[in-house]
Amino acid sequence: MAATRECGAAANTSENIMSLKKALSVASPLTLRIVAECPVTKARACDLILPHSAVSTPVFMPVGTQGTLKGITVDQLDALGCQICLGNTYHLGMRPGPDLIEKANGLHGFMNWKRNLLTDSGGFQMVSLVELSEVTEEGVKFKSPYDGKEILLTPEKSISIQNSLGSDIMMQLDDVVSSTVTGPRVEEAMHRSIRWLDRCISANKNPEKQNLFAIIQGGLNTELRKACLDEMTQRDVPGFAIGGLSGGEEKDDFWRMVTLSTDHLPREKPRYLMGVGYAVDLVVCVALGCDMFDCVFPTRTARFGSALVPWGSLQIKNKQYAKDFEPIDPDCQCPTCKRHSRAYLHALFKSDSAAMHHVTIHNIAYQLNLMRSVRQSIVEGCFPEFIRTFMKRMFPSRDQYPGWAVDALASVNITLE
Amino acid sequence: MAGCRMKLELSLVALGKGRLGVLKGLGKTGQLSLEVPGCLLHTHLGTVPHLTQDTLSTLSTLPSVTQITLSNIAEHQEVLEEFKDGFRKFAGLHDTVLYCALHDPATPCPTGHTTNKTVSVWGSGGRIELTVAKFMALQKAVKPDWYQSMADGETWQINTSHKRVRKSVDRSLAHLDECLLVHQKSQELEGVEVFGVVEGGDILEERVRSAKETAKRPVSGFCLDGLQTGSMDQALRTQLISAVTKELPEDKPRLLQGVGRPDEVLASVEAGVDLFEGFFPFQVTERGCALIFNFNISSNPELAVLEPGEDQETAGDSQNNGDLNPDDQTQMTSFEINLKDKRYQGDFRPLVEGCGCYCCRNHQRAYLHHLLVTNELLAGVLLMIHNTAHYHAFFSALRDALAEDTLDLLKRRVLGQTERKD
Repeated sequence: MAATRECGAAANTSENIMSLKKALSVASPLTLRIVAECPVTKARACDLILPHSAVSTPVFMPVGTQGTLKGITVDQLDALGCQICLGNTYHLGMRPGPDLIEKANGLHGFMNWKRNLLTDSGGFQMVSLVELSEVTEEGVKFKSPYDGKEILLTPEKSISIQNSLGSDIMMQLDDVVSSTVTGPRVEEAMHRSIRWLDRCISANKNPEKQNLFAIIQGGLNTELRKACLDEMTQRDVPGFAIGGLSGGEEKDDFWRMVTLSTDHLPREKPRYLMGVGYAVDLVVCVALGCDMFDCVFPTRTARFGSALVPWGSLQIKNKQYAKDFEPIDPDCQCPTCKRHSRAYLHALFKSDSAAMHHVTIHNIAYQLNLMRSVRQSIVEGCFPEFIRTFMKRMFPSRDQYPGWAVDALASVNITLE
Repeated sequence: MAGCRMKLELSLVALGKGRLGVLKGLGKTGQLSLEVPGCLLHTHLGTVPHLTQDTLSTLSTLPSVTQITLSNIAEHQEVLEEFKDGFRKFAGLHDTVLYCALHDPATPCPTGHTTNKTVSVWGSGGRIELTVAKFMALQKAVKPDWYQSMADGETWQINTSHKRVRKSVDRSLAHLDECLLVHQKSQELEGVEVFGVVEGGDILEERVRSAKETAKRPVSGFCLDGLQTGSMDQALRTQLISAVTKELPEDKPRLLQGVGRPDEVLASVEAGVDLFEGFFPFQVTERGCALIFNFNISSNPELAVLEPGEDQETAGDSQNNGDLNPDDQTQMTSFEINLKDKRYQGDFRPLVEGCGCYCCRNHQRAYLHHLLVTNELLAGVLLMIHNTAHYHAFFSALRDALAEDTLDLLKRRVLGQTERKD
């Protein structure tokens, strides 16, 4: 299925999208329309058309783990312009469980979110959160933290839960291995992930409504990753995620695996880089060809009083803000910055949980705004310029630019002076 | 003379049945008003707990008066003094009347730290001692539209001695006189209203003495202190309030501190109270509960007492009725349901059928249950919205009942649920 391509200013009216959607909705619950491609880097700006709405990419997807974005109503999320957010299969599969959510008309119905949802498979949570009993070819055996019972999560079970959740994008169950692990385990996990992908594809009861994404593994090993890419791209899935990264590995290795992956992923399908959310990482990885990102960082750090700004972050709970009567970011148009000062938020953190919500709203606005600006610059053909301005704002001087970022950008023809 | 633009226009005064009216002339421009009986908007530092402006604005009828407390604010005195433009602007509050109280009614504070010249509040960093001088400096920094004078209300514990109660009356009068003296000399407080505080513990003569004396001072209205939920049973409270209000001028409002339960509100209104601190919805929210008590009496009065079996929530019957302590403010009341209870796991109804609040329009009990079980922050947000809406609608119904002389019916409706024993 060829995707259309347009250069320069985007002419994608919602009419165009709707008619395109109608024409293709019978064939696939996902359509990617490439609106612009950066002539210098590997960046793209696309319209990702999903069952619940269109999504403009590059996109940052906030994480609403347990069927809620912590402290934020769906109306507030909608008002910020969020078009897609995440839910976690592991958490929701435990509580309240797939049967109840199915009764509630899926996760959309349960949380009353009218736009798109992406659910992960539960794989990462099992490795990062719980006492891992055993990984076998069958699946992952682990102990439930709530009642100590042993649970086996198989590819089939994961997909079954995600079918009940009814998310617009589902992730395959992959054999997750920490990015700091080396040796034969990495290779074993990579091969198994391919086999599990096939099992997930077979198990998907709703292929016409729910999109199953594959997750490229292979750790930090070029050969393994290439092998995984070669195999998985032979499967007919609507999109690909780049997994097994963003777990504490060296950034120098990280970006090389990202760019290797995008080099070998099909142009006309979306690329989702999992677990990436720092501003610099987002901008660089867009330049390396990624379209979609998720991360708990912006919302989690908000609850600790850390507000994200174009020049870094402000720790609002710090004494230095007690008498600072400016908003978090004078240029920010979010509800928090339009009404409240740093000093008020600083004080409010001592009195009420609403302080966290104010900063959460701001941080989501910051992330979404960043991606919107990135997209706009790609569409207008000035993404390289955007990157330079962005870096200058973020770092006090050239020698503070992270080395890996400089290298990564150089690899896609961006030199930072 | 303290600000005296505040005017209570009563449309109805029925002895033993309450007063109905409008408190006018509020706010900087004197254009705002508040219907009585009514309750204030309870906040932490100007923020309704859990809510930001977006979530707060989903509530259509909010009282025009926002209550802030020195217990939250005292530790920020320096900041406010440097800010110079008053608390309203500091908090990003716009068109609202600001009333500054001393203590947060939702959090009882430790006792034993009051002296002849000082009272104490507890901020996030610990105890802050207030002299009248510091108290008034705070008022100047806060710049409220109206505040209660400094008072000693530490008489609510069981077995407070007669001597101690007498002291609280004497001290509070002394504090009031000192406050008024400073107030009259302060340019910054011109136009700001002051409420005197009536004390007296549970001793009738002291209550009457305090009321009589306080009424002699040039105040705009009266706070009734030391009658908090948990300090005494409602029968005694009613008796004391009635005795107090007899000594107070009819045309000045009476604000009862620390009382918020619907049954106590109804009884206190009948005894002559006009205003309440609206903290009860917050307490209900904090225990993961939702207000569901019925105050709708517009249907056929014949049917009012006969409840449909299925729908009637027997609020509180998920508790074991063994050792209920009616004085424990954190304990669930019969006016609410505990959404953590397993029975709500698969209940897809809204909290209250027909409630137009954001929570009831968009979410179901099962979802709230899930949020509470998983300790999600959104639970507090949604419950606060619903509980606030429900509680303020109750006050609206109360005013309607007074206007239409159907208070007895309302009482049966609201209280009927506390009488079921099964």
